[in-house]
Amino acid sequence: MEAAHPVQDHGQGHGHGDHSDHGDHAHHPTGFMRWVTTTNHKDIGTLYLWFSFIMFLTGGFMALVIRAELFSPGLQIVDPDFFNQMTTMHGLIMVFGAIMPAFVGFANWQIPMMIGAPDMAFARLNNWSFWLLPFAASLLVLSFFMPGGAPGVGWTLYSPLTVQMGIGMDLTIFAVHLLGMSSILGSINIITTILNLRAPGMTLMRMPLFVWTWLITAYLLVAAMPVLAGAVTMTLTDRHFGTTFFNAAGGGDPVLYQHIFWFFGHPEVYIIALPAFGVVSQVIPAFSRKPLFGYASMVYATSAIAILSFIVWAHHMYTVGMPVTGQLFFMYATTLIAVPTGVKVFNWVATMWKGSLTFETPMLFAIGFLFLFTMGGFTGLVLSLVPIDIQLHDTYYVVAHFHYVMVAGALFSAFAGVYFWLPKWTGRMYDETLGKWHFWLTMIFFNMIFFVQHFLGLAGMPRRIPDYPLMFETWNKISSIGAFGFGLTQLLFLYIVLKCIRHGEKAPQKPWEGADSLEWTHLPTPAPYHTFETQPILK
Amino acid sequence: MTAKYKKMIAAAGALVVSGAALAEQAAPQFNLQPPQSPIAHAIYDLHTLIMWIILGIFVLVFGMMAIAIVKHRKSVGHKAEQFHENTTVEIIWTIVPFIILIGMAYPATKTIVAMKDTSNPDITIKATGYQWKWGYEYLQEGVSFYANLATPRDQIDGHNVDARNKNEHYLLEVDNAVVVPVGKKVRIITTANDVIHAWWVPALGVKQDAIPGFVRDTWFRADRVGTYRGQCAELCGKDHGFMPIVVEVVEPEKYAQWVAGQKKTATAAAAAVDPAKQWTMEELRTQGEKVYSANCVACHQATGMGLPGTFPALSGSKIATGDKAAHMDIVMNGKSGTAMAPFKTQLNDVDIAAVITYERNAWSNKTGEMVTPADVKAARK
Repeated sequence: MEAAHPVQDHGQGHGHGDHSDHGDHAHHPTGFMRWVTTTNHKDIGTLYLWFSFIMFLTGGFMALVIRAELFSPGLQIVDPDFFNQMTTMHGLIMVFGAIMPAFVGFANWQIPMMIGAPDMAFARLNNWSFWLLPFAASLLVLSFFMPGGAPGVGWTLYSPLTVQMGIGMDLTIFAVHLLGMSSILGSINIITTILNLRAPGMTLMRMPLFVWTWLITAYLLVAAMPVLAGAVTMTLTDRHFGTTFFNAAGGGDPVLYQHIFWFFGHPEVYIIALPAFGVVSQVIPAFSRKPLFGYASMVYATSAIAILSFIVWAHHMYTVGMPVTGQLFFMYATTLIAVPTGVKVFNWVATMWKGSLTFETPMLFAIGFLFLFTMGGFTGLVLSLVPIDIQLHDTYYVVAHFHYVMVAGALFSAFAGVYFWLPKWTGRMYDETLGKWHFWLTMIFFNMIFFVQHFLGLAGMPRRIPDYPLMFETWNKISSIGAFGFGLTQLLFLYIVLKCIRHGEKAPQKPWEGADSLEWTHLPTPAPYHTFETQPILK
Repeated sequence: MTAKYKKMIAAAGALVVSGAALAEQAAPQFNLQPPQSPIAHAIYDLHTLIMWIILGIFVLVFGMMAIAIVKHRKSVGHKAEQFHENTTVEIIWTIVPFIILIGMAYPATKTIVAMKDTSNPDITIKATGYQWKWGYEYLQEGVSFYANLATPRDQIDGHNVDARNKNEHYLLEVDNAVVVPVGKKVRIITTANDVIHAWWVPALGVKQDAIPGFVRDTWFRADRVGTYRGQCAELCGKDHGFMPIVVEVVEPEKYAQWVAGQKKTATAAAAAVDPAKQWTMEELRTQGEKVYSANCVACHQATGMGLPGTFPALSGSKIATGDKAAHMDIVMNGKSGTAMAPFKTQLNDVDIAAVITYERNAWSNKTGEMVTPADVKAARK
């Protein structure tokens, strides 16, 4: 993998830019040790992105096991216990292993280049933030080989079911600790970099929106991840050290776990979504050849979403039996989120309005994001209303809703970002025809999987069941077929990226006519190993 | 505003009625189940209203987007304008959604308040979630029973995928349904024995988590006589998908008859248990096998081999072949931190004695020992 990476052959990169006494920076180990010891933001960004792609395939494989079992009523392939392990690990791996590291990868590559900084503020910490991840992932995978297997409790790890699990549960808890540490260290690094290393003239309100969304996301992470660490630690002590935080028999309360978990869990939704908004806010203006509409209102809307995300957590818990005032408060607060989210969607559409649009793959994925994420927003509106949510809570409607937000939101925008920046990273163009195929197949299969799941949820199919009543068969079959198509399509993506790295045509400095951030205007393609060692001065 | 809502709901209702008629014939459903209680109706109407609002926003936003995609593309020679700010527009599209939200929150609030009003019920039923069945207790009537999945195991397991070989209500059928009278306010109190479950009947608009150590409540009033089916909605371990809920709504007279019948059966069953009866090994084993397949088989399996790593084997186990007192202790008091429940609250002396005797003499276990109901009675003290 590393052999294939073009950043290695950065012959012209060595000398470029560092016409001072910084030349010795370019002397670094090669081969495997290069990646273990690297403190270069581009190398670390690359590591994050490949790691997240491997996790994406792993979690995707688990999803296919789930969909294969649900192809027909009856138990054919796995037993219910293993089915629960699959749903749990699919969720944890996709959220913590695939989506979050993918956007940290983008942050590593792009933030220094976009603000005119030489690297991340804490370069060694950056290395450590990444290298915690493979250990965490190993713990997660290892839990399958423990007696009793991986935990089958759902990615939310609700107590007291967690108390019944085997040692795999403990490995998962430690994995979550490591993942949390990695995220917090990464976030501190990002905040420090953005606040301290901007080039002269790069005021906060001139930063590309991607940098803004990451600044806000990093604060969310620093605030939310310790809360999750607390929740799983309490689970650990309830399991082994006789505490009863979540056990009524000892004066605790199982619902307390849910409050703590979702106090982390709801900001987590925006931790995933905000960087995705950032990527799309770079891509749409570039291919509309028109500045982003309402830049300032985008910044304010992002901040508003971040703040509101801390006061809506209990909307995941409408059925636990809250007092009526509690339900009303959380419903009103939740519906409020629709306002800043709406502002963002309107701004993106207004950016496209009267532009000069072209539809290269990054733009296709960005428009796909805009369409599907808004659909997810619509179903979010439906679910925000307590009476309807009580009917749909823990059904496939919710599964459909959050996959529209996570897959269509985060994954589509990650694809948009990869296609958008791949030329800058590798110095080569990807195959546009194949990219378009990748988009259209992904779009069609995604809707085939998840659109019909709305119907399943409305009709009353609970989530996390390995077998279902006969009336749900048709939609489940369609959904399963879609899932296999979707999975195969992502292998096409792998092929496109490898083909680009090895055989792609040479890319110009600015392959996208409308792109205007520093990495396009100030840096050659491919971006040299060290960039902005002398900071640019912006007027 | 209200009149407008009524009009919209009426229009939506007409569509929905024709839609529902279709949905009843065609197998795959597109919408919520036909509502059968006032709350379920309110939820249904609220959902329909929201869908119309969403449709409006959809057309507006994606209509604009579609126009831009078709007309403002470079390939048709459109030149980009460079505007990027308009405070008036920003204010409008902040305020208008806010007003729409208030319009949505108003009917939702009314329904929430109605849903939470569990006062003055005609009947109160306590539903207790167990791994993996429901226990019911009619608090005033003194009727209580357990509801297990009634779908035969061989329709679930194996490679039998043909729907024709499965019961019509596959996975939605139980041995003992909850029976309630039509048109009466039924309050459901939920709690759980082990982990969190959720009691859910979609057509009645009821879903309430059942939380161990805590009591929660909800209510419904069924419009019509009929059988309404639901499932546990909160992941509760291995057989989460196999603990359905069936509510039979009947005429009040029939309900009274049912209650009387239940009481009679309970008294007869109690009378049939002769405390002085001397049980033979064979009788206890036969009875024990029945108890085992109703209560133990989900985890410990028919082979007694359990599921390695998750549920321990009983065949050849130290507990089932060793000290009788220890065996009785774990069956009666359960094991904390595992799915093993304290069965002394669920089973009577005879059944506990029978199942222990069965376990000590089944599979590879050949202790030749038996535990009598009198032993269990003594152990209860």
